Amino acid sequence: MTMKSILSTVDPEITERLVANRREFFRSSALKLGAMASAPLVLAMASQQAFGQELPQEIVDVLTFALTLEHIEDAFYRSGLEADGLIPDEYVGIFNQIGKHEAAHVAFLSTALGSAAIDRPALDLTAGGKYADALENFDTYLTLSQTFEDLGVAAYKGQAGNLISNDDILQAALQIHSVEARHAAIVRKIGGKKSWDGAFDEPMTKEEVLAAATPFLA
Amino acid sequence: MDSTSRLSRRHLLKWTGAAGTLAVAGAMLPNFGISAALAAELGDGDIGVLNYAYALEQLEAAFYTTVLQNPFGEMQVNDQRILTQIRDHEIAHRDFLKGALGRRAIPALEVDFSAVDFGSRRSVLGTAEVFENLGVAAYNGAGQLISNPDYLVAAGSIVSIEARHAAAITDLLRPFSAEAAGRGVVDRKGLDKALLPSQVLPAAAPFITTPVTAATLP
Repeated sequence: MTMKSILSTVDPEITERLVANRREFFRSSALKLGAMASAPLVLAMASQQAFGQELPQEIVDVLTFALTLEHIEDAFYRSGLEADGLIPDEYVGIFNQIGKHEAAHVAFLSTALGSAAIDRPALDLTAGGKYADALENFDTYLTLSQTFEDLGVAAYKGQAGNLISNDDILQAALQIHSVEARHAAIVRKIGGKKSWDGAFDEPMTKEEVLAAATPFLA
Repeated sequence: MDSTSRLSRRHLLKWTGAAGTLAVAGAMLPNFGISAALAAELGDGDIGVLNYAYALEQLEAAFYTTVLQNPFGEMQVNDQRILTQIRDHEIAHRDFLKGALGRRAIPALEVDFSAVDFGSRRSVLGTAEVFENLGVAAYNGAGQLISNPDYLVAAGSIVSIEARHAAAITDLLRPFSAEAAGRGVVDRKGLDKALLPSQVLPAAAPFITTPVTAATLP
């Protein structure tokens, strides 16, 4: 599935909601900062694809960071589901479901960012050879799946405070965050582990998350 | 928990509430060792949201405590291990929120699980699944009502555990099913549910005898 075909599956309602929210942001900014409605901005607003640059930079940064992680997960599950004989039959339904969610997250965040959305970065799912059999050995695959899911949970949690100024985007991020936690729980179960590490899930900073994720970026 | 004494106490509280004086209740209920909660108003702003979470965690903690005091007939070792861990998490969440709220915490709530058949694995786990999914949706919807970023991270540290619980409970009911990864709850945009207090409280009300009001929460 190409990025374009993914985007075409996105519910227009999301776009409308985000556009409406952007308008509200724009209005309040205009009130505070004086007239900002330059012709290019108005034109950009008319395009449903191109409003990412009108979100505050702090929010664009968080969404771009989240989109990077979702791209890694999306590619990881696509590759795993395509690899012959990697995923045992009894778990294919679960990984198929998880993969669908990650693809939907990529589409959602890309729509929210509009023209500011990044394409899928070049990836190395073996992390420079550290996980050389990532797509051949199910144990390795499972370890990486758990890593990506737990990392996603900690990453969204760590960024929630940076989204506090935008109710709609904060809520959407939380709605993705808990989906990642569901994934983490079942993937851990498949690996014969506890679905949690205690009563509270700790957040991670962007720097901590990037340190863990960067080896998977080619 | 002895359901007979629980029920009679509930009815007594109702009766004394109708009689209309706390003094009478105090005189008649000298031995329960709790402040008899005839009503609980959650309060404003962040305090209101934390009390809302505290109410839900009280409900969950009481539920799992009752489950483990009345183990259903076919409770497997795996069921017991997972339910015990979840109970301990919910107690930790409840106590954490109570501590955070200090003197502004709502009182202990009276609960009513008469609709649950504690002898039935299906009834117990089905109820647990409802509570966990309701908790996830409640935290997801309440995030935007929180002003203090520290509280937001704290709520985030709880909600992803609730999501992990939901997945684990669903996995007990339907082992290694796509539902355990969120199918049936997560929408096609990859987003988990988010509900407002005005939607969650009526869903929880049948299990909470104490009237819980949220005058200023949406």
